[in-house]
Amino acid sequence: MRLGFTPQEERFRGEAAAWLEAQLTGPFRDLRGIDMGSGELLARRQEWERALGRGGWSCIGWPAAYGGRDASLAEQVIFAEEYARTGAPARLAYMGVELLGPTLLAFGTEEQKRRFLPPIARGEQFWCQGYSEPNAGSDLAGVRTRATLEGRANEAEWVVNGQKIWTSYAHFADWAFVLCRTEEGSQGHQGLSYLLIPMRQPGVTVRPIRQLTGGAEFNETFFTGARTAAGNVVGAVGEGWKVAMATLSFERGVSTLGQQMGFRNELNAIIAAARANGQIDDPDIRQRLAHAHVGLKIMRYSALRMLTSAESGVLSSEAYTYKIFWAIWRKKLGSLALDVLGPAGEIASRAPYHWGPLPRLFLGSRADTIYGGTSQIQRNIIAERALGLPREPRK
Amino acid sequence: MQFAHTEEQRLIRESARSFLASRAGAAQLRAGLEQPGAYDAQLWRQMASEMGWAGLAIAAEHGGAGLGWVELCILQEEQGRHLVPSPFFSTVALAAPLIEAIGSAAQRHALLGRIAAGELRIGCVLSGTDGRPPCEDVAVELNTSGAAWTLNGVGDFVIHGDSADLLLVLVRAAGSAGADGLSIAMVSPSAAGVAVHPHVMLDLTRPMSKVEFTAVALERDQILGETGAARAPLERALSLASIALAAEALGGAERLLEMTTDYVKQRTQFGRPIGSFQAIKHRLADMMVQVEAARSAAWYAAAVAQEGDDELAEAAAIAKSYCCDAFCDCAASAIQLHGGVGFTWEHEAHWYFKRARASASLLGSPAWQRERLMRIVAGGAAATPRF
Repeated sequence: MRLGFTPQEERFRGEAAAWLEAQLTGPFRDLRGIDMGSGELLARRQEWERALGRGGWSCIGWPAAYGGRDASLAEQVIFAEEYARTGAPARLAYMGVELLGPTLLAFGTEEQKRRFLPPIARGEQFWCQGYSEPNAGSDLAGVRTRATLEGRANEAEWVVNGQKIWTSYAHFADWAFVLCRTEEGSQGHQGLSYLLIPMRQPGVTVRPIRQLTGGAEFNETFFTGARTAAGNVVGAVGEGWKVAMATLSFERGVSTLGQQMGFRNELNAIIAAARANGQIDDPDIRQRLAHAHVGLKIMRYSALRMLTSAESGVLSSEAYTYKIFWAIWRKKLGSLALDVLGPAGEIASRAPYHWGPLPRLFLGSRADTIYGGTSQIQRNIIAERALGLPREPRK
Repeated sequence: MQFAHTEEQRLIRESARSFLASRAGAAQLRAGLEQPGAYDAQLWRQMASEMGWAGLAIAAEHGGAGLGWVELCILQEEQGRHLVPSPFFSTVALAAPLIEAIGSAAQRHALLGRIAAGELRIGCVLSGTDGRPPCEDVAVELNTSGAAWTLNGVGDFVIHGDSADLLLVLVRAAGSAGADGLSIAMVSPSAAGVAVHPHVMLDLTRPMSKVEFTAVALERDQILGETGAARAPLERALSLASIALAAEALGGAERLLEMTTDYVKQRTQFGRPIGSFQAIKHRLADMMVQVEAARSAAWYAAAVAQEGDDELAEAAAIAKSYCCDAFCDCAASAIQLHGGVGFTWEHEAHWYFKRARASASLLGSPAWQRERLMRIVAGGAAATPRF
């Protein structure tokens, strides 16, 4: 056992922190503290993504050839920690950086990597994810969006028809990675393909969906005869399920390790609020704050375990439990925030329905146990894959 | 960053696991409960001396193997899987760090050497009859006013007190208060004025006794280290013992998860294994989430103890509170998922359920640990939970 990072890794931390501090006290000071649930300042946040790209801090884990800096897993975690600690804004490029990028690195052709990865790393192209449909949520294999290859051999194109839902950031995305049914009459996991589709074309319509927070980060996306080149398929035609599942594992995997520093900021804000209004001395509130602190530290310890095993190339058992643990933890944190604030927490900061960070945490955290696999699906996965219990009978 | 066990540590676990698999089956351990002291004396000798477990974390200069708390916690975890009744925890995980933290060089050498050799079983008298955490109210008083020093008072919840060769007694100087005036006295259970009364405890696998001290004469060299200076080193020793207890709880929780997983795979109702029903699956998944979190907490705390880090008190409070809660929850789920069988004396589940409850109470309950944690990390104060 050796806890803590090496001197070389700590130097890397210093370098990252210095860059972030300089930006966030300088040209981007207006973006400090912007969280995932905030729908504000989109243009400024896109500028921030380009600044990250120019500084070489956008996709540090990627190979340098595609715009990354070949950072080790430990360095990626350190950067994510510093990113959250300095209050840098939630990343609009998340879908491209954390989901599509690793998927292309694993399954993409050389040509696809060279074409799609560098613009993501430069903060010039934004992506969204087209998985869920109105009738394909947890049962994602029920995807009905169809894509058919039309035209002559060397200028053939996919023509896409269908509806996707919960497409976060689709309203400004340039591209979407979309799970489509490419084999007529196929069912379930068979006959699906993972297509890359340009969003800015006549066949794509995006309609915002207002969330219970009052904001609208996610959308319905309609494909009506939308087109993309025949070569814009990741992995083999018909093998889209495998590729899509890999993307989901990135969403639940190492990319989440750094998020705890953001959680730390949220817990600190609640403790500060409790100090300010005297709730810090209430025995029940203290027990719940302590529970929150215990959970946060355990997430850190578990992340360090995952990091160690990821470096040795093994997916360890705690990786199965990580998502449900943090999602439930953060939802409880949201309730604790409002219990600390008392009735004052129920007054909006301004009209029409605008909320400060803690009420936004209370509202926004309800989504944590839904997106990226609901807690119910997570429990099925843990029970069936990690514990080896018999599968639920399915049609 | 290397947060995983080394090859050598993995070998220690494997060797402990195969030894206990052959020597500490449920029937063997239950038979041991009928022996004097309610444990298998031969098993204890094998563990302590032949396997070298008693001296594993004791320095080589005192005759130990010179390994640390990570290795000791591996043994605790493995014993926790079987609920091995033995003086190991009381002697090796509680008394030894007390002696190490407080004793003079000569005392450390003499006592730790005998512990390492497996020759000494120690009972620690740290609580009074209402069982509050150590130092919350000290029940035994040290009177130094006369020519001869004397001890008076009633200590309780002394683990394996009825089979101990030596008692370490937390005492308060008459008239002192707060952090001052606390010492650890070494008293023979057969000394004049000492009476040991074994209880029947909820958890039969960890017997406890009440110990009365009536005008027990004490020589000055029976005080461990400096008189009146026990408080600060005691804190460190209790953190180490709490971490060892957390590791034991982790082992118990882990075994319950395995046992229950196996059961729901083979038990059939409505024509299917009950483990194929989501109502069952989800409860097992929740057990696994807790077991993995407990593992992170216990392993991290052990690593902190090994590296002598300044987050020791915090890591100990986190591990003790989380692992004990997780053990209790897993034991409750194990009984529930075993159905009627889980409620029988014959099935193993109740031993774990009772050990989980008893471990939660020991050295400060999860709620007590959490209040302690809050004082470390956030300041402020509420009334300390009583237990």
